[in-house]
Amino acid sequence: MVPPVFGLCLRLVLLAVLALLLASLSDYALAATPIPQAVHDALDAMGPQASHIASLWNVFLAACAAVFLAILAVLLYVLWRTPRADGGDVPDLSSLREAEPGPQRHVTRAVVVSVLALFALVVASVFTDRALARLSLADAVNIEVTAHQWWWTAKYVNGGPSDSFTTANEIHVPVGRPVVVNLHADDVIHSLWVPSLAGKKDLIPGRSTVMQFRADHPGIYRGQCAEFCGYQHALMGLLVIAEPPAQFETWVQGQRQSATEPTDAKALRGKAVFESSSCAMCHAIQGSLASAQHAPDLTHVASRQTLAAGTLPNTPQDLSAWISNPQLHKPGTNMPATPLSKDDLEAIVAYLGGLK
Amino acid sequence: MDRPLVEPPARGSDAPRLKDGPPPGSAEARALDETWADPPGFFGWFCPVNHKTIAKRFIVTTLAFFAAGGLLAAVMRAQLSRPENNLVGPDMYNQLFTMHGTTMMFLFAVPVMQTVATYMLPLMLGTRNVAFPRMNAYAYWIFLFGGLMLYIAFFFNTGPDAGWFAYVPLSGPQFAPGKRVDFWAQMITFTEMSALVEAIVIITTIFKFRAPGMTLNRLPLFAWSMLVTSFMVLFAMPAVMLASTALIMDRLIGTHFYNPAEGGDALLWQHLFWFFGHPEVYLIFIPGLGFLSAIIPTFARRPIFGYTAMVLSLIATAFLSFGLWVHHMFATNLPELGKGFFTAVSMLIAIPSAIQIYCWLATLWTGRLNLKTPLLFVLAFFFILVLGGMTGLMLASVPLDLQVHDTYFVVAHLHYVLIGGAVFPLFGAFYYWFPKFSGRMMSEGLGRWSFWLMFIGFNLAFFPMHLLGLHGMPRRVYTYQAGMGWDNLNLASTIGAYTLALGIFLSLVNAIRSARSGEPAPADPWGGGTLEWATASPPATCNFHRVPVVYGRDPVWEPPPPGAPAYVSGLAADSREQLVTTVLDALPDHRISYPTPSPWPFLSAVATTILFVGSIFTPWAIVWGSVIVAVPLVGWFWPTRREAAEHMALEKQP
Amino acid sequence: MKPLIVFVVASAMLLAGCEREARRFDTPANNQTASEQAQRASPLQPGASQGGPVRDAFRDKSPYDGNAYAVNQGKQLFRWYNCNGCHSNGGGGIGPPLMDAQWKYGSEPAQIFQTIMQGRPEGMPSFGGHIPEDQVWQIVAYVRSMSGQLRKDVAPSRSDTIYAGPPENARMRLVPQPQTPDQPTPQGAR
Repeated sequence: MVPPVFGLCLRLVLLAVLALLLASLSDYALAATPIPQAVHDALDAMGPQASHIASLWNVFLAACAAVFLAILAVLLYVLWRTPRADGGDVPDLSSLREAEPGPQRHVTRAVVVSVLALFALVVASVFTDRALARLSLADAVNIEVTAHQWWWTAKYVNGGPSDSFTTANEIHVPVGRPVVVNLHADDVIHSLWVPSLAGKKDLIPGRSTVMQFRADHPGIYRGQCAEFCGYQHALMGLLVIAEPPAQFETWVQGQRQSATEPTDAKALRGKAVFESSSCAMCHAIQGSLASAQHAPDLTHVASRQTLAAGTLPNTPQDLSAWISNPQLHKPGTNMPATPLSKDDLEAIVAYLGGLK
Repeated sequence: MDRPLVEPPARGSDAPRLKDGPPPGSAEARALDETWADPPGFFGWFCPVNHKTIAKRFIVTTLAFFAAGGLLAAVMRAQLSRPENNLVGPDMYNQLFTMHGTTMMFLFAVPVMQTVATYMLPLMLGTRNVAFPRMNAYAYWIFLFGGLMLYIAFFFNTGPDAGWFAYVPLSGPQFAPGKRVDFWAQMITFTEMSALVEAIVIITTIFKFRAPGMTLNRLPLFAWSMLVTSFMVLFAMPAVMLASTALIMDRLIGTHFYNPAEGGDALLWQHLFWFFGHPEVYLIFIPGLGFLSAIIPTFARRPIFGYTAMVLSLIATAFLSFGLWVHHMFATNLPELGKGFFTAVSMLIAIPSAIQIYCWLATLWTGRLNLKTPLLFVLAFFFILVLGGMTGLMLASVPLDLQVHDTYFVVAHLHYVLIGGAVFPLFGAFYYWFPKFSGRMMSEGLGRWSFWLMFIGFNLAFFPMHLLGLHGMPRRVYTYQAGMGWDNLNLASTIGAYTLALGIFLSLVNAIRSARSGEPAPADPWGGGTLEWATASPPATCNFHRVPVVYGRDPVWEPPPPGAPAYVSGLAADSREQLVTTVLDALPDHRISYPTPSPWPFLSAVATTILFVGSIFTPWAIVWGSVIVAVPLVGWFWPTRREAAEHMALEKQP
Repeated sequence: MKPLIVFVVASAMLLAGCEREARRFDTPANNQTASEQAQRASPLQPGASQGGPVRDAFRDKSPYDGNAYAVNQGKQLFRWYNCNGCHSNGGGGIGPPLMDAQWKYGSEPAQIFQTIMQGRPEGMPSFGGHIPEDQVWQIVAYVRSMSGQLRKDVAPSRSDTIYAGPPENARMRLVPQPQTPDQPTPQGAR
């Protein structure tokens, strides 16, 4: 029996919901995910770290589901079989006079089973911890990742200083080789999380920490910052691209080179505009006059899948849109809107598009 | 025939006075009503010390904050209902989720439990008021002003935006410019002062102001839960006070507590905050357990099974809850072996809660069920909280936590345990005690509609979040890209959230309509056993015209043995006098004269507000503000000749 | 009467809060200049040199003197664009101190803006065209905060860096003593 006020309330609330949803139907500023094929699921394990955790998840899920269903079963049984009473019925005070051995036995048994089950879960957890710590690190790829508001620097340090190179927002790793990542934070606390490869690790200013993982299957794995770090925490993505070792070596050799010198007039003009306008105040392109460290290294920007830490696909249109108004795509980001003429903008896009 | 237990220990004076003891309706009873009445008029509104008056205001205020926090969540869910939505931008979204978390945790969850306790405990314990009634009033005013300060700041674009947990360095002086986080940190000061003060009030009331015969072994389980909670408050709140004070100092005067470059540590904040933050969720959860222990015996028509085990479980939960805090920091670079210890303790704390659940189920199994709305909300606890507890076990394990920490999995878990473990029991308690404090019955039909909408809406809103977290969606994101596989789950969650809101709204409508025109309630509509059901609905201002003597855990069900005294008599009816009993066995100890209504708590709260709000802008406010605070405090404690004469007159020569 | 005064004062404080806390991400202070008439006054430019004149200051008042977020951004940019290289954290070195009362080229926001955009003889590079205008105004506001010209609730507090002197919000306001500035001679870019 529904009171009449219910209808009025329901109508008011539905109206409010509709209003809110309609209000949100304004024009999009973001693109859909630029790499829909990227894997980013904790249960879709593509390496030993993630798969140890996924196995543990199965154990816990089974145990916890069993416990939950058991308690639900008891509850439903109680609802089904227990006799009903009224507030006026005399309460049953027999438990004050006599012991209740039946319920005591059942509760005790339930507690014992619970303790044993919890102990088993602790043991399972400790074993998984051990397995995670025992990843073989022979012949590891060493990367230093620094997190900034709201992008990632990755510096590959294998082979000594003359062989090291810096890239941003996208790292390549060889399939089957362990990767040791040293983590630093430049400003606030961030957290590096690539769900299909490993658990997350916080990057804390003033502290240096390490993360180890291995990708056992080639593919594109998406990571994201997982510690609230300000306005664009939501769009601080990182791509981990696992490739066969030979392909990885080719990529490394390419990244070690300086930027490709432009040959056509437009790209040459673009380079000149890049170096003489505000771009060079923050970005670096090895082999040009630009060598600032406060924004992603663009030496090989055209070789990356995405722009702006996984926000936009790396196409000329998106690059042009991003440069002319970054705040539209990532409001609050540190990159300013640089006033550029249409020709200058096209030139820069042509230049950057050649930096493979 | 009833005979008084003993005359309370006598002191001086020989003037004949009106004393309590006779049945209601007589001259003495009317005198009692008048003595304990609240002062009338506009200025009188700022002066009451009656615990019921203050608690009613306090409950309305906390529920208003609950509604505000819910509205914030409604906007958040609207923004997240579709990918790449731009209903709100990142700055406003950050303020929304910070305000939502802050409101729910600091302005709703802990205060509402404390205030239900300050309303119900004197009734349940068989006494006339709480201990320290003026301080109780001060706690309310401080809380109100702190919450208002935060919301006024929010309306002027100065709402905090660094999360309810405000990790440094994001909330520090370099990365949170302006005064937003300062208002948040100072709001913490207000609310933890209020919570500490209420904890002192509750502990003292439970220990010293019980009806004679209510030994600790006969103390209602709700009182045990509030006692345990209040002790936890005493130890937990100082940690967050320390953390937020250090943060205020870093931001205002340039100290380096959290500056790694100068020897500080960003992780110090996390340790201090979570040392408070983990017990904080148990501060919210344990009173919920108390509500269950109050409601289940009544609606199962039998005393609770396993009383001793229940009390020990409450105490064990309280102790253990202080040893869990690092499980919020599993993703940091703390040593792995240390983290393993916290895994073990985080799982261990499930055991006392499990004992309680088994005892309740045993009570329900061996009882006879009265399936009314309060019991429905309690039964939902067994579904929702247990599911939340299971995901809690998953989060306790370090490897699993490393995957789902800071994702929507945690959002699902925390809402399952807090809403299932505290809000549903709170609503059950509300329906249960509404007849007592308003004198009217709530509508059973509307109550059932509200319950089912809340239950279904809640599960639809929060269950998909487990999957979202496992599929990679982090927390505290103002938007997400289309094509990640998160779209439909988010939409379902939004629909569930609005259904939940509708259910809550129906309860509000139910409460308002019933308060005006509901069926008048008898003293004991549910057939309950504890002492609050032995007095009228709503209770007289003095709670009990005759203070009862207690002979069992459920005094209404266990009347005095023949020949044994049923009531205390001899307390003055024309002066505010109270019986103080011993801690363990509740033997009459002495009488005290109770503080009368006074405006000084309100004025002290105003002065404290000036001190705290000023110190957001300048450290000199501490100096000048202390002077301003000292004045009403002096007025508060200044003895008056009239009161001194009254107290002298009440003393009788032995 | 008294309630009215209290109300007005409280409203003023709260409305000031509105401006202090505004976060404008759409760079409103860009491209507002009426003209591009100012000549560069220094041969030095960061990166590759650009030719041509730079923008004038379009107003005398700083758009960001009351906005804590913008001033904080200015402090971050002061570090990122390596103003510290010559000015340290306001104490000066190769360049003159910025936290004292001596202002060779004037302390008004428009004058500081011109100094940054045009550059100055004897070493101050010309940043016009290299730093977007909106960011220059943010830096202008920050520079003014170094000698305490900004309100205490707007000026930034300490950074998460090694201690470099009292935070800007703890500095006494130093009344600017403008020297008679040498008129900057227009110099073409090299």
